[in-house]
Amino acid sequence: MELDFGSAVADFRDEVRTWLDEHLVGEFAEHRGVGGPTDGEAWDIRLAWDRELASGGWLGIGWPKEYGGRGLGLLEEIVFEYEYARSGAPYRATGNALDLLGPMLVAMGSEAQKQRFLPRILAVEELWGQGFSEPGAGSDLASVRTRAELDGDAWVINGQKVWTTFGMHAHWLYVLARTEPGSRRHKGLSMLLVPTDQPGVEIRPIRSLAGQDEFAEVFFTDARTSVDLVVGEVGQGWRTAMGTLGIERGSTLLPLQLTFEREMDALLRQAREQGALTDPMLRRRILDAWMSVRIMRTTNLRTVAELLGGRTPGAQATTAKLYASTNHQRMGHLAMEIAGAAGQLVQDGYGLDTRQRSFLISLAETIYGGASEIQRNIIGEQVLGLPKDPRPA
Amino acid sequence: MELTFTDEQEELRKTVRAFFARHATEADVRRLAADDLGHDPAVWRRMGEELGLQGLAVPEEYGGAGFGYVELGIVCEEAGRALLCGPYFASVALGAEALIRAGDDQAARDLLPGISVGTTIATLALTEDEGRWDEAGVRMAATLSGDTWTLTGTKTYVPDGHIADLLLVAARTDTGISLFAVEAEAEAEAGAGAGAGGVTRTLLPALDQTRRQARVDFDGARARLIGREGAAWPVIEGTLATAAILLAAEQVGGASAALDAAVEYAKVRVQYGRAIGSFQGVKHRCADMLTAIESARSAAYGGLWALASGNAAELGVAAALAKVSCSETFTEVAGGNIQVHGAIGFTWEHPAHLYFKRAKSSEVLLGTPAYHRELLAAGLGF
Ligand SMILES: Cc1cc2nc3c(=O)[nH]c(=O)nc-3n(C[C@H](O)[C@H](O)[C@H](O)COP(=O)(O)OP(=O)(O)OC[C@H]3O[C@@H](n4cnc5c(N)ncnc54)[C@H](O)[C@@H]3O)c2cc1C
Repeated sequence: MELDFGSAVADFRDEVRTWLDEHLVGEFAEHRGVGGPTDGEAWDIRLAWDRELASGGWLGIGWPKEYGGRGLGLLEEIVFEYEYARSGAPYRATGNALDLLGPMLVAMGSEAQKQRFLPRILAVEELWGQGFSEPGAGSDLASVRTRAELDGDAWVINGQKVWTTFGMHAHWLYVLARTEPGSRRHKGLSMLLVPTDQPGVEIRPIRSLAGQDEFAEVFFTDARTSVDLVVGEVGQGWRTAMGTLGIERGSTLLPLQLTFEREMDALLRQAREQGALTDPMLRRRILDAWMSVRIMRTTNLRTVAELLGGRTPGAQATTAKLYASTNHQRMGHLAMEIAGAAGQLVQDGYGLDTRQRSFLISLAETIYGGASEIQRNIIGEQVLGLPKDPRPA
Repeated sequence: MELTFTDEQEELRKTVRAFFARHATEADVRRLAADDLGHDPAVWRRMGEELGLQGLAVPEEYGGAGFGYVELGIVCEEAGRALLCGPYFASVALGAEALIRAGDDQAARDLLPGISVGTTIATLALTEDEGRWDEAGVRMAATLSGDTWTLTGTKTYVPDGHIADLLLVAARTDTGISLFAVEAEAEAEAGAGAGAGGVTRTLLPALDQTRRQARVDFDGARARLIGREGAAWPVIEGTLATAAILLAAEQVGGASAALDAAVEYAKVRVQYGRAIGSFQGVKHRCADMLTAIESARSAAYGGLWALASGNAAELGVAAALAKVSCSETFTEVAGGNIQVHGAIGFTWEHPAHLYFKRAKSSEVLLGTPAYHRELLAAGLGF
């Protein structure tokens, strides 16, 4: 993963490299390659690692200085991500707050909200969960039913959220709720910041098919949050939510895809050891997997280059998620086939190795952040301009 | 860092696209597809004189404009979009490129200026009856008598070989594969053999009428050795890798045009009271086609930048990746375009089949995806 971004950031890159070399040691180094955006493996160590990163000032590189960030540019953020991936450091546990909530607050939060929350996100003092999905509102997010009503200087919240990644660790949730009784679809929604440490919030872990408690369901029964903890305007929560979803579908893909390159290296290593490359059927699929990973990287670089050049990213920025998630799943099947019978055994307590975990978790990548079918609708309608899918007004 | 285009490159794209929109219309494509020449010499001349497209990437000392591969890729992509009929790919991506790579300064001085301005049409004559693009496929032998080389034998599947003025021919000598330049009008060397007639070019009827192939028979034809004797295979290999990347760019252009046609139709064709593009079966297919195109585009552009950076180690891998990915994508999308059009797409009158056939012939040109997967495997040390 050697990339030439020019001399302007060479010093910065050296600084990142040196710091990672010096700090990615001991237990942290032993957990190289562990984790993913929804994967709770080795949680405590990853959290400790996030704090280590925080102490080095590596979280929020692009956030404004007055809130604890470094105030650097997109180029530095990208260089950091590539160096980070190259080092194999564990996947950051607090990615949700760093990549989704943080930018949302920077863009749309009030001054008081920024001062109150951003420094604590960067210090890994407060962990966050995203409370968008509900049992009746997944792809069709505009049908959320969780409601919030004003009672004096507090919002009173009732309803249920589900699939909240790392919900059981969250001190706070950002919640899309209906604040106008009787409103429909994307009207009358607001984005509320809700503390979980109160009697009205009950969080129950849900076990994923990988055997982990990686997400949770959340029940609100007269839960309360302060009246000033609405992000953006009251009733404009849809706009705020779409802002974060845009980010979720775009930039957070980069670090994830970089980990695929490491997985590809591991896959190749094993294929060599087991002689899989001499099997013409497997060899062809290995080649195809290699090509797809290389293509993901080039697609990424095209988008990065356009952003850095001040251009609007082209269609590839929208197709990238569908391509990456589909091909990563394919890679997972291939890795399991190469592993053969031995790959079918797990450790006690349903303990999975990196390959098994990544394979199973790849099943979620075509669902979260906009399921593949929804991605196809978005590509068809927003990029190609095809007529809209019929949907409720 | 690159991987995006400069304003000047975007400007070039606009100019070239506008030119082809005027001079390589569907009517032109159909006319030329039915014509034995297979290209329009007037348009070819204007490409050279007005736009300087043939010599775009030829070094200035050899009569070109000295731009790079990225610019060439842009022209190829636009030519693919328009389904340009003519020897651009053969003359520029194969002919000129082989001469540039051969590192024979005198030959380059003599031969490249004509190619650069378009007065000479060149091509590479490599494949023989087996249709192989690898080293072992070269069987034809060259003979030296005195200080004169002559060629006798047959090359076939030669891109635009029927109209090429200058053939760059791969042939074996005692020391290995060498590259020779043969003028199509060359006389046979006196005493070369009974009935020696020099060069005979025969147009081959092909499934894809938009890119021509020819058989070329050499009968004691006088040939000029280009570069060092026996040292030509690396030159040819580099030429084929470059050509594969430029062909990939062309394929991306063709695929984009085919998808545009499908999307346009899906917006206006009504069935069950709705535009068919509002049905997910159709919409999702279009989305998948765009996803495939953007991914293939990454492979093609990655190849162009590998070429531009001059990283020889990267080149073979980048070329194979681009060729496989863009071949498969163009074929898939050109077929998808016919499917979205329904029965109208299955007619001779509709342009969809022209793209489909070009896709299929491009898939095989320079070697099939299976062959390029093997090159990739070799390049990666698999
Ligand atoms: C690992 C993981 C982590 C997650 N983390 C979070 C989180 O932190 N916070 C949060 O709020 N949510 C989270 N989610 C939820 C995620 O956003 C939703 O699962 C997703 O939006 C899909 O919704 P759904 O599960 O209700 O499926 P549904 O919307 O019911 O979809 C079921 C199937 O129907 C298809 N479908 C639905 N609508 C259409 C349509 N219009 N056209 C065609 N096909 C359609 C879908 O593509 C899918 O295949 C997470 C999900 C997973 C798997």
